[in-house]
Amino acid sequence: MANYEVHEYDVLVVGAGGAGLRAAIEASSMGVTVGLVCKSLLGKAHTVMAEGGVAAALANVDEQDGWETHFCDTMNGGKMMNNWRMAQLHAQEAPDRVRELERWGAVFDRTKDGKILQRAFGGHKWKRLCHVGDRTGLEMIRTLQDRGVHQGITVYMECAITRLLKDGNKVSGAFGYFREDGRYVLFKAKAIVLATGGVGKSFPVTSNSWEYTGDGHALAYDAGAQLIDMEFVQFHPTGMVWPPGVRGILVTEGVRGEGGILRNSKGERFMFKYLPEATRNDYAETEEEAKIWVDAAIRGEKTQARRPPELSTRDNVARSIYLEVKAGRGSPHGGVFLDISYQDPDRVKKKLPSMYHQFKELADVDITQQPMEVGPTMHYIMGGVRVDADTAESQVPGLFAAGEVSGGMHGGNRLGGNSLSDLIVFGRRAGAGAAEYAKKHTAAPSIVDDQIKAAIDEMEAPFNRKDGKNPYELQRKMHEIMSTYVGIFREENDLKKGISLLEALKEEIKQVSISGTKTYNPGWHMCRDLRNMIICSEAIARSALSRTESRGAHSRLDYTETDPEQQKSNTAIFQDGDSMKLEKTPTPVMPEELKKLFVKKEPANA
Amino acid sequence: MREAVMKVFRGTDSGSGEFKTYKVPIEEGMVVLDAIHYIQGYLDPELAVRWNCKAAKCGSCSAEVNGHPALMCKSRMDHFPEGQEITVEPIKTFPLVKDLVTDVSWNYEVNKKIPAFKPSENADWTFMQEDIERVQEFRKCIECFLCQNVCHVLRDHDRKDVFYGPRFFVRMAGLEMHPLDTENRAGILKDQAGLGYCNITKCCTEVCPEEIHITDNAIIPLKERVVDEFYDPVAKLFKTIFGKKK
Ligand SMILES: Cc1cc2nc3c(=O)[nH]c(=O)nc-3n(C[C@H](O)[C@H](O)[C@H](O)COP(=O)(O)OP(=O)(O)OC[C@H]3O[C@@H](n4cnc5c(N)ncnc54)[C@H](O)[C@@H]3O)c2cc1C
Ligand code: SF4
Ligand code: SF4
Ligand code: FES
Repeated sequence: MANYEVHEYDVLVVGAGGAGLRAAIEASSMGVTVGLVCKSLLGKAHTVMAEGGVAAALANVDEQDGWETHFCDTMNGGKMMNNWRMAQLHAQEAPDRVRELERWGAVFDRTKDGKILQRAFGGHKWKRLCHVGDRTGLEMIRTLQDRGVHQGITVYMECAITRLLKDGNKVSGAFGYFREDGRYVLFKAKAIVLATGGVGKSFPVTSNSWEYTGDGHALAYDAGAQLIDMEFVQFHPTGMVWPPGVRGILVTEGVRGEGGILRNSKGERFMFKYLPEATRNDYAETEEEAKIWVDAAIRGEKTQARRPPELSTRDNVARSIYLEVKAGRGSPHGGVFLDISYQDPDRVKKKLPSMYHQFKELADVDITQQPMEVGPTMHYIMGGVRVDADTAESQVPGLFAAGEVSGGMHGGNRLGGNSLSDLIVFGRRAGAGAAEYAKKHTAAPSIVDDQIKAAIDEMEAPFNRKDGKNPYELQRKMHEIMSTYVGIFREENDLKKGISLLEALKEEIKQVSISGTKTYNPGWHMCRDLRNMIICSEAIARSALSRTESRGAHSRLDYTETDPEQQKSNTAIFQDGDSMKLEKTPTPVMPEELKKLFVKKEPANA
Repeated sequence: MREAVMKVFRGTDSGSGEFKTYKVPIEEGMVVLDAIHYIQGYLDPELAVRWNCKAAKCGSCSAEVNGHPALMCKSRMDHFPEGQEITVEPIKTFPLVKDLVTDVSWNYEVNKKIPAFKPSENADWTFMQEDIERVQEFRKCIECFLCQNVCHVLRDHDRKDVFYGPRFFVRMAGLEMHPLDTENRAGILKDQAGLGYCNITKCCTEVCPEEIHITDNAIIPLKERVVDEFYDPVAKLFKTIFGKKK
């Protein structure tokens, strides 16, 4: 058997984005030993790319705001599929978590009276997103990274976990390799927190990076945990569409938050006509009213005017853009126009500096002078590991999950800004949950040699297969399948076809091979990543097939209506022998006092 | 179809490297990182490269393109004359791992040595936008380490033993100028960080993709601060009486 190095911690955190860092900080502050592993260099996780802001009802700008409204917005945005307890904890704790970041050195933009400034975002009733221009994620990750480093957390960079090891039904460790030289590593741990982010690389057009191969989803699935809500994949309405090389790169919702207007090729401001009946009243009725709202927002003043229709929820805006393009009213490169050029150029550059540079440098477009071309891009997965709301523990003892890899918090559709807040609220809870667990289970974890051998064999196999399949070619095949059959609009026949193609692809993936050495060999890494991607792709397709309605981010052409009955169950995916099983489990039912929040004064919010 | 000729450095720390030539079809608006990805995806799956965001936000993809230190995801292919070969090689100041990937772990070790943010205990946490503009400029840093790569103290003289480099002066300036910070980093700046080795050539500022005015806004004020603290008794006395800053 090949050599491997061994490390031992009370708590091992897999992933160093916002969720993983916050979990590691919490666990280490509780006096247990903590190791932190990440596939990239520290500080490069997806969290660094977050732009628009972190949602927290601080009520610094709109004093009417409070956790109750944030809670209702989140549940309404999620089409009531959310785990209500997670949404409640999230809304209640986000303000403290944001203040804590400030205490740790984050420097948010300020209001006129020196408090943390907040901006509007889709589906949020009040101005709620704390931000730093359009680089909020960078601020968050740097702050947490420095905090963690000074607490003495050991970080293993460019190290990928490929297996969770178990002792009976409990987790006992994790196995992986270092990208740099391919050496193997075993982490013995009493508790493990998964904070690996999302699954975007299953799709060709995405705002996600190479890291998003759904590793945590697949690791948890392999270890016996359930994945819930996997049909809910968020297509962000505004990705870049031109030039081809940048297709999918995100255009922050902050552009619309700052007053950006969507128009089709006829110059029509089409979002007015796509507002769902239930929420029409929350949005401006005319361009004039929308303008009054934007002008007041710019001056930092109050107004009776309602927010512009562009601030509808992401699922709705993405679908609307798709339909406009389909109807032949798209922009030259198959998107629509997003325009902020009517505003003062200096303000645009100040509020959206990285968007300004991104378009100027990558697309030769000056956003202070011309509109941008935008279209939907795969952005986020609401589905993930089923966890207990309070402790973030999965159904596998000792295995915790937080951040994008976990499921339940966002239900059928995530509101912008609710991810960064999710990371710090549930990152902290997962860290605490894991530390408590490790303190209770004092026995050293025991490792089964067979499991290590299997993990090593799996990694060695691609080198030993001669003339197997090229990993990049297989990824392109997966992209083709997912974009053709499991895209933004779905249909029974397509999904069935997609699933059968994915099954065939699964067999091909078993034949993947690579040459060369283990030294920083991305092709070799991809060989392993493919397995995670195919698990997630299949879970998404099967879950989508099982939900015979349209709800939130899940849109069916053959079932266009929302079916109140289907709100009552979440879709759960789990492993049964060699095959993937699906089960409907009851959606957690809100207690009466929370239900009252909805009937009182909160209009449904779409 | 138009093609670009890419000369990409291939090699590891063990042996000598060499440039390999690849032909890559050109698409409109393509950046150098796209070309590298094309090579990985169609010609050579083993080619090692770091990247994450592909949008100049994470600072992973630093390299030297035609000899010029830059982010590959921000280097447009159409900015180079058509027909001319484009060379891509790793940054020079850090040890090679493989191909375009270098070992930048030294930077993470340096970062650990910088005293953390220490806010005053009775702060009420209100401060004005004007008071943090400068700090926010420094906090834009994406840790691409291009400034570290070009600074002659590190690149030519390899003084990693006595000099933290521009990236970490930017970081320390961000802490020192935070309106609520109370830590004193002047001693470290003078001694361990080796601020005195910087002779203000401004090479770092020129390559910063975030357009941080590293020399003018971070290094020079820090140098002034060290002078005040250690070489100007009046200023020092003034500070002990009226508090550290402002
Ligand atoms: C361009 C963009 C803009 C966004 N803007 C916003 C915004 O404005 N507001 C908002 O709320 N949300 C935003 N989001 C969403 C949000 O940024 C992400 O959902 C969030 O950052 C995910 O954080 P995380 O901690 O769960 O994972 P990440 O930050 O992605 O971190 C995952 C970590 O896991 C590691 N990892 C993964 N697999 C393995 C493995 N097998 N072994 C070891 N380590 C592994 C990775 O290396 C990484 O360190 C945006 C997303 C994108 C892509
Ligand atoms: S200005 Fe100073 S830190 Fe910057 S490159 Fe020159 S010597 Fe190095
Ligand atoms: S200061 Fe600029 S050049 Fe230096 S690491 Fe930061 S972003 Fe890169
Ligand atoms: S890939 Fe992130 S900066 Fe180039």
